[in-house]
Amino acid sequence: MATAARPATTAAPRETDLAGLQTSRLVQSHIWIAIAAFAVACLLGVWQMWARSPIQAPYHTAANYFRSVTLHGVSMAFVLTTFFIMGFGYYVAETALKRPLPGIGFAWVAFWMGIAGTLMAALSVISGNASVLFTFYPPLTATPWFYVGLVLVVVASWIWCILMIIAMRSWRRANDGRPVPLAMFATTANAVMWLWTTVGVAAELLFQVIPAAFGWNQTVDVGLSRTLFSWTLHAIVYFWLFPSYSAFYTMFPRAAGGRLYSDTMGRLAFILFLLYSLPVGLHHLFMDPEHSNGFKFLQMFLTALVSVPTLLTVFTITASAEIAGRMRGGKGLFGWIGALPWERPMVLATGLAFVMLFWGGGGGLINMSYGMNAMIHNTSWVTAHFHLIFGGTVVIMYQAICYSIWPSLTGRDFPSLKPLLVQLWLWFIGMMVMTLPWHWLGLEGQWRRVAAFDYSNPIIHGWGPWVIVSLVGGIILALSAFLFLYNLASLHWRGVLGAPAEIEYARAVHEPERVPSSLNGFGLWNIIVALLMLLAYGWPIAQFFVYPPPQAMVHRLG
Amino acid sequence: MAINEDAILKSELRWAIVVGGIVAVILIAILYAALAMHINPPSNREYVDPKTLHLSAEFTEANLGTRVDPNGQVVARLIATQFEFVPNCIVLPARTPVTMRITSPDVIHGLLVSGTNVNTMVIPGYVAQVHTTFTKTGDLLMPCHEFCGLGHSQMMATVRVVPPAAFHPGPGGRIACGNRG
Repeated sequence: MATAARPATTAAPRETDLAGLQTSRLVQSHIWIAIAAFAVACLLGVWQMWARSPIQAPYHTAANYFRSVTLHGVSMAFVLTTFFIMGFGYYVAETALKRPLPGIGFAWVAFWMGIAGTLMAALSVISGNASVLFTFYPPLTATPWFYVGLVLVVVASWIWCILMIIAMRSWRRANDGRPVPLAMFATTANAVMWLWTTVGVAAELLFQVIPAAFGWNQTVDVGLSRTLFSWTLHAIVYFWLFPSYSAFYTMFPRAAGGRLYSDTMGRLAFILFLLYSLPVGLHHLFMDPEHSNGFKFLQMFLTALVSVPTLLTVFTITASAEIAGRMRGGKGLFGWIGALPWERPMVLATGLAFVMLFWGGGGGLINMSYGMNAMIHNTSWVTAHFHLIFGGTVVIMYQAICYSIWPSLTGRDFPSLKPLLVQLWLWFIGMMVMTLPWHWLGLEGQWRRVAAFDYSNPIIHGWGPWVIVSLVGGIILALSAFLFLYNLASLHWRGVLGAPAEIEYARAVHEPERVPSSLNGFGLWNIIVALLMLLAYGWPIAQFFVYPPPQAMVHRLG
Repeated sequence: MAINEDAILKSELRWAIVVGGIVAVILIAILYAALAMHINPPSNREYVDPKTLHLSAEFTEANLGTRVDPNGQVVARLIATQFEFVPNCIVLPARTPVTMRITSPDVIHGLLVSGTNVNTMVIPGYVAQVHTTFTKTGDLLMPCHEFCGLGHSQMMATVRVVPPAAFHPGPGGRIACGNRG
């Protein structure tokens, strides 16, 4: 938790402190890679909005635009998230379980494998041989090294998953089956979910796209590839979201000066994410011709259920905030809100994230509404939705987590929290200014993924001012991103020495002595995930083998 | 504020019931729209070989565009290809049920018609089919809305919606945009 400046006491500088975190270098290495990718992606994002606006942008060609979009998507969706989640996972494993991370050597192997994969993918994109966006679109194929690089990143994340599972299990064995600390329970739930999640994209890449990219196959079953990718496409968002939700439950209540309302609800929410993030991906394919309405309806139904853990979380976290507010002297129906310590980054970030989650989640409910999807599919509405979820819940909480854990990693405290708060506010304002016009333009029919608009067309002409407003939002976001970078980096040389090497996670109002084994592990839930996946994806995938559709010719770009 | 364990559990359960109610209302609304108002996604599941489209009966060049079938059904057939729609302008009557049938000989495309709920993916190997009734007349934009390659941004067609009285199919029930097509 980020604390206010603390006078440098007699504590020795941490460089010589052997009691420091074992994973400090490991965690910082991962998260700095994540932040570097994030900064590049933010700049590209601004340029892309400039290119799509009525204002003439430099270097504006279709080739540059799609190169940029691919790099933006890959950096944000694969590099920032995977490296952050891995780094934060190692941190939680050491600090929540209060024991050394088992297999730290393997963690470093995974790190370098991830770096190698990222470089391969990045060079493929920069060279212009992989402008297929991060969602691939076979029968278009890029240079095979783009996909091989991404596979390396995924394999690195699998090593992380196994390390997290081993860490949790060995702690549980050593602790006579006592409840696994909630932060680690969340991290391991995410690891288990990610192993399930990546099966779809791994099958698509290994059996369809990579053989096509190398020239071993001349045709590809497009319906099957889209279906396999959809398997991954929803759950990957929850992979990104898990650390944010973990921070809501295990960091926010303590930062607010209170306690977590219910530990059990936290476990339940994480289990529900594991169950309902996976059998829902067909909602990305509502407008596709290769699936029947029956399975689209079934997965729409399951998608509606994935809103349940989020709504439970909103209640539990709000109740935790109310406890904190009242302990701090807040009175009346809403007085406790003003009594919360909004000057603490974790508290502010959680509040802002909830506002953005309201808009992003509300938009998501429209998207998943089956027939209504036709109104907004592949319009800017969808771009607005997932930028609000990604920027508004994922990234802002990653930023708050960094502010919370950096003192314990570096042994230095922030001399002032002001620049941190300014940065979070800028991120929030930028996100709202960017995405609200996108929602509107999406309803007006502005479509996605084009390098430029022809503003001489009278319908498109009217969109120009709104596009410029969203560009302003993007510029604010980029400023915030660089202030974030500066805040973290400057801690390394300007931070006040003496921060403790440990972090306290939030305690529940009633800390459980024992929990049912179903709430302390994932064995039962894995069986249910398997059954749900069989129900939801069994026939939708089997149909391509039972009634093979005509294949499409491969179109190689790289 | 209730803070003992039992009260916490009860409050969570109460909220869970509220959440269940919210989700149920959403699902009922969707079910009603699907069953009573027939608002469903386009889910045609009809195969066509993208490699031999030009030899197929339906998607040969001569058969593309709008045609009124002998039974009065108005059908527009299009091919979405890198980086254009063929034809790039179609005429359709307002306030009349119409069907659009689209397929791709090469890569994934998609389309929407601005200001309407016409929206579908166009996947090579399948015939995408959309039924709709246009309520307004005029030239509507029909862009490709899915990334299909570097020329994607230029891929755009026009849907010319005319009043039913001005919709005069020629021989064979065919009608085209003419010079502006």
